[in-house]
Amino acid sequence: MRRRAEGTWVRIHDIILTPEERAANLPEDTKEVPLEMWTKGFLLEEASIGDMVEIKTITGRTVKGTLVEVNPFYSHDFGKFVPEILEIGLQLKDILWGGDLNE
Amino acid sequence: MNKDMSYTGVMGRRSEIMKQAVGIDYSVFEYGKIGFDYEKMMRETGYTLQEMQEIQGQTGVGNTPLLELKNLTALARKLTPEGKGARIFIKDEASNPSGSFKARRAANAVYHAKRLGYKGVIAATSGNYGAAVASQAAMQGLKCIIVQECYDSTGKGQPEIIEKARKCEAYGAEVVQLTVGPELFYTFLKLLEETGYFNASLYTPFGIAGVETLGYELAMQCRERLGKDPDVVVCTNAGGGNVTGTARGLIKAGAEGVKIVGASVNLKGLHMASDEQFNKKSFTTGHTGFGMPFATWPDRSDVPRSAARPLRYLDRYVIVNQGEVFYMTEALAQLEGLERGPAGNTSLAAAFSLAQEMDKDQIIVVQETEYTGAGKHLQAQLSFAKENGIQVIFGNPAEEISGVNIILPAHPSLLKAKDIEMDKLRASYIKNCVENNRVTEIDSADVSFMVADSKFNKEMVLDILQQMGVTVVD
Repeated sequence: MRRRAEGTWVRIHDIILTPEERAANLPEDTKEVPLEMWTKGFLLEEASIGDMVEIKTITGRTVKGTLVEVNPFYSHDFGKFVPEILEIGLQLKDILWGGDLNE
Repeated sequence: MNKDMSYTGVMGRRSEIMKQAVGIDYSVFEYGKIGFDYEKMMRETGYTLQEMQEIQGQTGVGNTPLLELKNLTALARKLTPEGKGARIFIKDEASNPSGSFKARRAANAVYHAKRLGYKGVIAATSGNYGAAVASQAAMQGLKCIIVQECYDSTGKGQPEIIEKARKCEAYGAEVVQLTVGPELFYTFLKLLEETGYFNASLYTPFGIAGVETLGYELAMQCRERLGKDPDVVVCTNAGGGNVTGTARGLIKAGAEGVKIVGASVNLKGLHMASDEQFNKKSFTTGHTGFGMPFATWPDRSDVPRSAARPLRYLDRYVIVNQGEVFYMTEALAQLEGLERGPAGNTSLAAAFSLAQEMDKDQIIVVQETEYTGAGKHLQAQLSFAKENGIQVIFGNPAEEISGVNIILPAHPSLLKAKDIEMDKLRASYIKNCVENNRVTEIDSADVSFMVADSKFNKEMVLDILQQMGVTVVD
């Protein structure tokens, strides 16, 4: 497993509450799973993915957890093509201004 | 460090941690067994309108444009008999520094935290408020931590919430992301205790007072431009702060005749604490999953006494379905050239329907828009819905079933805001007051408090109390 240097920007994961420790009055499906947490920071010592590590977050807190991602980045986007969306504008313009007049 | 950090241990220190983290002793405003002096709390711990305008002005918050939606008004008039169809205006709150009206709440909260000497601020929010607090903390030089409920147990996140995490980080905040569950509050308390930072709660008097400038501004803008107050103002309602602050601002402007309408996205049937249903919804805020419980029990929030008390101000509360809000979001882009975030358009969808009930010479104002971007966009959200097995179809949105389908109106005439019975909400509020305070005997001051806090008539309140076996003594 590739070692990551101290100071690398990473994402960690931790279990905050096991199913047994969770609050009462939760729906059944939620009660069965743990409460999990993710946060990001700089590695305080050399480590590999899957190791229990300590990080220093951007606000300076020290947090422990399992190293899950190195150089984490966002990949959320504008989604896939949704053909229904196109129909809305066409219909509304037709109602408002009448088909071919809208040119 | 030998404090009990278990769930029950930390929750047991709740009020102590909160007192440290908010800097307000709420007990001085409390009386009887249920009541507290709301106006005194707002007066003594909030800021004056002028102070708020100055605080917000220093960070470029507020003074957003009021835009007339001429094409949407024309469209509404095509669907109504002659003489109907009010003029629709929208307050473009997306032009605030962090992209939503939440900048107004955050500006005051962060200013207040700095004034009291806190080194940082923490907020528990998956919504636009996180970005607003992070943006303000950046401007005012404080550290910032945002705690989000973001993922289900398979690690799948709501795109809209992931986008907000990105935005918070862009402003230099630390983002702590959690899976589904109300124990987010436990993590939040632990962070407050560990850091000694300020709880930039959405529900403090300064946070709510921050929205008063919005109501005030829109009254002034209507007077300058139209020579009169608006007839109706529609506010998207979740935790109640938007309604409360806006209504208070309108009252401060002397616009007391304006009808205040709350609007929420209908998520009936979806349990907000359900892991499995978390990604079956397409709206993560502005929905009934917050709107209903917070209206009927405001003090469920993260402070002992919430300053957001929507029943005091609401004249009407309507719901719209997910498909209707997405439809109006596209309509706003296609007919008005304004591409804005879907959740903020909840009130717009309601207003489009309500305008059709009103006369042509009347004015209806939608009091917010929010920014849009990757993840927080109708295509991203509809695409995500389809991936989660939700059917997206055209039809009659009244037939939409949350978590099963999203029905886009097959024709704009099918878009209809649906009324929530206000008296049912009020009755439920009274019941919650009795049950949550575990009282069997109260005094008449408590009764007056409940009457004011729910805008219910006294006879109805007494009736419910009697049914619940509560006696009133003096």
